[in-house]
Amino acid sequence: MTAIIQRRALAGWLRRGMVFLILLVLAIFFALTSDRFFQGGNLVNIAVQNAHVIVVATGMTLTMLLGGIDLSVGSVAALVGAISAGLIARNGLPTEVALGLGLGLGFLLGLANGALVVYGKLPPFVATLAMMGVARGLTLVYTEGRPISGLGDTYTFWGTGKFGTVPAPIVLAIVVVVLAWLLLTRTRFGLHIYAIGGGEETSRLAGVAVNRVKLLTYAISGLLAGLGGMLLAARLWSAQPQIGVGLELDAIAAAVLGGVSLFGGVGGVLGAVVGALIVGVLANGMNLLRVASYPQQVIQGIVLVLAVTVDMYTKRLENR
Amino acid sequence: MAEPQPLLHMRHITKTFPGVRALNDVELVVYPGEILALLGENGAGKSTLMKALNGVFPPDSGEIVWNGQPVAIHSPHDAQALGISMIHQELALIPYLDAGKNIYLGREPRGPLPGLIDWGRLYVQAREQLQRVRLEVDPRVPVRQLPLAQQQMVEVAKALSLDARLIVMDEPTSSLTEREVETLFEQMRLLRAQGVAIIFITHRLDEIFQVADRVTVLRDGELVGSEPIAGLTEERIIRLMVGREVSAMFERPERAQTGAVVLEVEGVSSPGAIQDISFKLHRGEVLGLAGLVGAGRTELAETIFGVRPASGGTIRLDGQPVAIRRPAQAIQHGIGFVPEDRKAQGLFLRMNVGANIVMALLRQLCRWGVIQHARAEKMGSEFVERLDIRTPSLQQRVRNLSGGNQQKVVIAKWLTREPKVLILDEPTRGIDVGAKAEIHRLMHQLAGRGVGILMISSELPEVLGVSDRVLVMHEGRLAGEFDPRRATQDDIMSAATGSNPAGNGSTSREATLQ
Repeated sequence: MTAIIQRRALAGWLRRGMVFLILLVLAIFFALTSDRFFQGGNLVNIAVQNAHVIVVATGMTLTMLLGGIDLSVGSVAALVGAISAGLIARNGLPTEVALGLGLGLGFLLGLANGALVVYGKLPPFVATLAMMGVARGLTLVYTEGRPISGLGDTYTFWGTGKFGTVPAPIVLAIVVVVLAWLLLTRTRFGLHIYAIGGGEETSRLAGVAVNRVKLLTYAISGLLAGLGGMLLAARLWSAQPQIGVGLELDAIAAAVLGGVSLFGGVGGVLGAVVGALIVGVLANGMNLLRVASYPQQVIQGIVLVLAVTVDMYTKRLENR
Repeated sequence: MAEPQPLLHMRHITKTFPGVRALNDVELVVYPGEILALLGENGAGKSTLMKALNGVFPPDSGEIVWNGQPVAIHSPHDAQALGISMIHQELALIPYLDAGKNIYLGREPRGPLPGLIDWGRLYVQAREQLQRVRLEVDPRVPVRQLPLAQQQMVEVAKALSLDARLIVMDEPTSSLTEREVETLFEQMRLLRAQGVAIIFITHRLDEIFQVADRVTVLRDGELVGSEPIAGLTEERIIRLMVGREVSAMFERPERAQTGAVVLEVEGVSSPGAIQDISFKLHRGEVLGLAGLVGAGRTELAETIFGVRPASGGTIRLDGQPVAIRRPAQAIQHGIGFVPEDRKAQGLFLRMNVGANIVMALLRQLCRWGVIQHARAEKMGSEFVERLDIRTPSLQQRVRNLSGGNQQKVVIAKWLTREPKVLILDEPTRGIDVGAKAEIHRLMHQLAGRGVGILMISSELPEVLGVSDRVLVMHEGRLAGEFDPRRATQDDIMSAATGSNPAGNGSTSREATLQ
């Protein structure tokens, strides 16, 4: 009995460690094949370029732990990026107000997703797929398909500035991840996210405020998507209407690589961060190796399948 | 002695669903510190009555008196607040959360700041609750890693932490081993001694005599009787439940002689599950396979059927060695398998009765790849009639049938292929007394027509009452062979627990001779 539990604990540890191992192997591979991988702040670059993916993947992790999904994150990122930029460039609002309104908009769009799921009883896939279309469409309407620039230094600081020696996007991503980690591991709300993902009806019968937790989780995912969009706009010096296309897939890939179950209840935010870094390191390394951008996508797909296969295999070991 | 005040008194409870009167003027009384067995066939109204008590389906009329006070229960929450807890057949635990979190879910001790949890206190309290049910497990272990019986005790601990004074256990023993059942009964007696009342729902009559103080029987939504266990016999209880005389619980037609060997398993192993198994199954024989859960019985069946890889050994059908690596090959060789979990593995729940029956014979019912519906329908109705499957039509979704009729659909599916060997894994689990007898009769009918039947059962009276011969497994090996006409439950148990690896032998002689 204890032997079984010990073996399971070992397998569980192995499974959680697997994602770090994959990241390490990738890094070693690129370090050996390209002398520029560890040079000239390349690693910092990877982190900066993927900060928005980490932020969005954190929100995705929360909805997936709940047993849901949020396909609208890429479009919400684009819409919030565009409107916050427009509020400054077109309406002349102070940057702080525009950023605050942007976060609020992301929260509300997420809340709308949550309401469709909770009150509309729509499957999360369908509700957020609809929102994906709506938010992308609104972005194109608002921007008329053109980038909005003239953001000002206070805005672009969040994408290009530094706190001391640490780039601002990295600081932002770290803050988001730490807060989400505390939320999941320390708070009642976090425990209830896991509980609902593991058994919604059971949670309801135990007195968990299922609807409220769901609404709020989708709202947080929307808020983080908005934050990710503004971060991206800040880094690119302008809000592009096409940013965040495919971002939902990167975020889902990061979460799944990080061990978050598609069926809810299992996983954590740290794994998702490493998952996002794997996606980032892979893209960066292939650029360094001058792999053309079209085949890159093929390789990304293959790596995702391989990583998840390894993960499923170790999971089976754990359950045996 | 004056009657003590009842803890619970449900009076004149009536509940109507569209088209059905599920409960009609039912009365239920439970006293503090007693174990009341609530009995009745499927559809008799037990679940509806318990759902009325739990606030899931509040009754149309009638009154619930709790501790002398009339109360209104509109939700499971209300019930919990009063001190009524339900432990359902499907466990209501969240598998990935640990025992402590499960026990205190929704009522976590508050931490230093709003929204935070005092984890230290949660686990200290959880440990205390687990000790109350004498469960020595770490409250930080995810519950899915615990054996089923321990998971159930975690649920009991959760109920007790809610200050439950009445615990309803809906078929808590249906997936436990004999030994685990014993432990559960000890816990139930312990709870009774602490003044907790228990309503115990089960289909296994022998269990009632072990723990229950009183018996309340429902039939067709009405109260048939409520009596202390002391004056009751199994026959009388069955009569109350079924409403007619059921001669004996198990009928075993005396067969002159079973036929030639149809299935021979020799030295078969499967890594990590079964070791060096050899036995013979004859035409027209019902061979019982007993053992504790985890002894490898299901694994043996799965190996024969090609679900699990066999390592070494030979399987012969009608004397010819066969290679079976996939279920499809087993099916082609004339083997059928009625799995333990009929809902997940034996049926297409959302499809209708007709489709389920012909599912294993589709190829023969097709011309140019197109299903010939007329033929399929004819075959479906033929089997519905032959097996007396009670369904309004072939179009009825299988999900809506009772357990017994669902099981008949699974058996019908195999009969369409006229199998030589039929393996049934726990064929009557969760099936009520009347339907159970029908399934047994059906098995004997098939045996009478020359089918070799291998029946896995954890229910000793069933194994002894139905089989022509009994094999016992222990830790992946065969641990004995018995003649059920002469063996006792104790004989089987001691072989199953590994304390007596012998058999009583009339037939084991044959096995050693060959």
